[in-house]
Amino acid sequence: MNNHFILQTKDLQKSFSGIIAAQNINISVKEGEIIGIIGANGAGKTVFVNMITGYLKPTSGKIHFLGNDITGIKPREATHIGVCRSFQVSQVFMTMTVKQNLMIAMSLSKKKGGQLLLPLEDEKLSKECDKILDLYKIKKQSDLIVSTLSQGMRKLLDIAMAVVGNPKVLLLDEPTSGVSVEEKFGIMDIVISALKKSGTTVLFVEHDMEIVERYVDRVIAFYQGQVICDDTPKKALKNKKVIQYVLGS
Amino acid sequence: MFKGILKDQSVQTSIGVIFILLIFGSFILPEWMSNNFMYGMSRGLAVLGLMILWRTNLVSFGHALYYGFGAYAVALCQKFFGVTDIFLRLLIAVAAAGLLGFALGFILRKYREIFFAMLSLAFSMVLYGLLAKAEFLGSTDGMSISPSTFFGTELGRIALFNFIGLVVILAIIFAQAYLRSSLGHLTTAIQDNEIRVEYLGYSVEKAIHIKYVISACLAGGAGGLMAASLGQVDPDSMVLWSVSGELVFVTIMSGLGNILAPFIGAVIFEFIRTYAFEWAPQAWQMIIGGTLLAIIFFSPGGLWSLFQKLNFLRKKNNE
Ligand SMILES: Nc1ncnc2c1ncn2[C@@H]1O[C@H](COP(=O)(O)OP(=O)(O)O)[C@@H](O)[C@H]1O
Ligand SMILES: [Mg+2]
Repeated sequence: MNNHFILQTKDLQKSFSGIIAAQNINISVKEGEIIGIIGANGAGKTVFVNMITGYLKPTSGKIHFLGNDITGIKPREATHIGVCRSFQVSQVFMTMTVKQNLMIAMSLSKKKGGQLLLPLEDEKLSKECDKILDLYKIKKQSDLIVSTLSQGMRKLLDIAMAVVGNPKVLLLDEPTSGVSVEEKFGIMDIVISALKKSGTTVLFVEHDMEIVERYVDRVIAFYQGQVICDDTPKKALKNKKVIQYVLGS
Repeated sequence: MFKGILKDQSVQTSIGVIFILLIFGSFILPEWMSNNFMYGMSRGLAVLGLMILWRTNLVSFGHALYYGFGAYAVALCQKFFGVTDIFLRLLIAVAAAGLLGFALGFILRKYREIFFAMLSLAFSMVLYGLLAKAEFLGSTDGMSISPSTFFGTELGRIALFNFIGLVVILAIIFAQAYLRSSLGHLTTAIQDNEIRVEYLGYSVEKAIHIKYVISACLAGGAGGLMAASLGQVDPDSMVLWSVSGELVFVTIMSGLGNILAPFIGAVIFEFIRTYAFEWAPQAWQMIIGGTLLAIIFFSPGGLWSLFQKLNFLRKKNNE
């Protein structure tokens, strides 16, 4: 495998009791790239994200990260090596406040084990946390219990919780679904510019082609578990197969 | 971990309440009453252990395993090594239960819900079986525990009572420091969403294991202190499944709201039992069962939520 790439997959395949959800997936990602993953519902985008982040074990094939084979690692090992994610259905702590959610994420991300034993309401941590909440425009909701938030807000929190781990590669599964149209761009501006600044490699699943065009360096299109197009956004969105199988016209 | 813990409001309240109790118990209350307080405080440690587990939605129906193990560790060390020092006794009980919890934790941490609850129960029944058969420990009759000493001098009842009170204060400080830490908050987090905790890079099983050992230590300490204050250990009153049931009962009765609640609950339980036994020696279990029903129907958050409601009403009236 080529060390030049931060993330590479080789003939990745996943089947669920006979049904093939992913096959022949060969993708190479360069450090710092922002990649949009598109595809109709059921195309296998989430399965792909799940395999990379250790939630699903591929049936066959290999995943390499910085030259190391990481096929079938555990979710928390993925986090430790710097492969983090957000979820299509936000995975947050529903009975806790927004701030508590983020504080837990932050204190777990501080590699020094000591932070785990400090009070969660640690002052320094709290200040850092407020800054991030502010950045993601959920500061006003700090003290609300997460279950009372809108889908979109939960999504933001979910992303923020993934980002505070300082990932090298971040996979976002439909970060803007459930976020209102007016807010979508504002949020992606914040998220993407912050991630660009830190040089984070990003792969995000997206249905909104305007967002794709505006933010990504490269598009990978899925159809029935296979990659049907891997190109720049300009070319990809004009690709025949993409038009037929993804954009649906 | 303990930074600023003495400024914590529940810790301050707890210390205050226990100090007052110690003064009353030492100088004013009749013996039967202060005994009830002493037993209640000791068992409260085990209830605190259950509460800490419960906050992760894990209920152990077999915590008498650790309670009894702590008690019998004290008995064994007395029998074979002549240990009667109260500090050593406590240390031995806590360490023995903690080690057992650490070992069994590798199994328990993989289970949730009813499987977790019943697995604990199964282990406790194994211990019960062993102890009931162990003639060198008096089988079902158990054995008596000689009075505790403190650097060679015998400890009186009141001194023991105060010692237990101080242990409770230390346990409360420790437990609150744990619960307010990030690690402790993982408790709620795990209950909410295990997947997210894993993706934040922490092992859910490890967090549960740590919690389990803490809980076992508290139950073991409770057993050790109970052995010392009752002067007796036997399988039926230390390890039988009904003892585990009582501990769960008191946890429900106390509620999970506050760190002091397990102790209040455990003390009230001792009094209910004493009175119920006196008034209706044939039907005392019925009274206890009725109490539990009443709590589940009228105050599902336990006694603690009842206190809170009263407090709220009082404040409202004052306005
Ligand atoms: N855990 C699973 N068990 C069985 N089939 C699954 C599972 N997860 C996904 N699939 C199937 O794999 C295919 C791809 O799903 P998914 O990756 O979720 O699609 P999407 O591109 O919409 O994210 C779908 O046909 C789905 O039904
Ligand atoms: Mg999906």
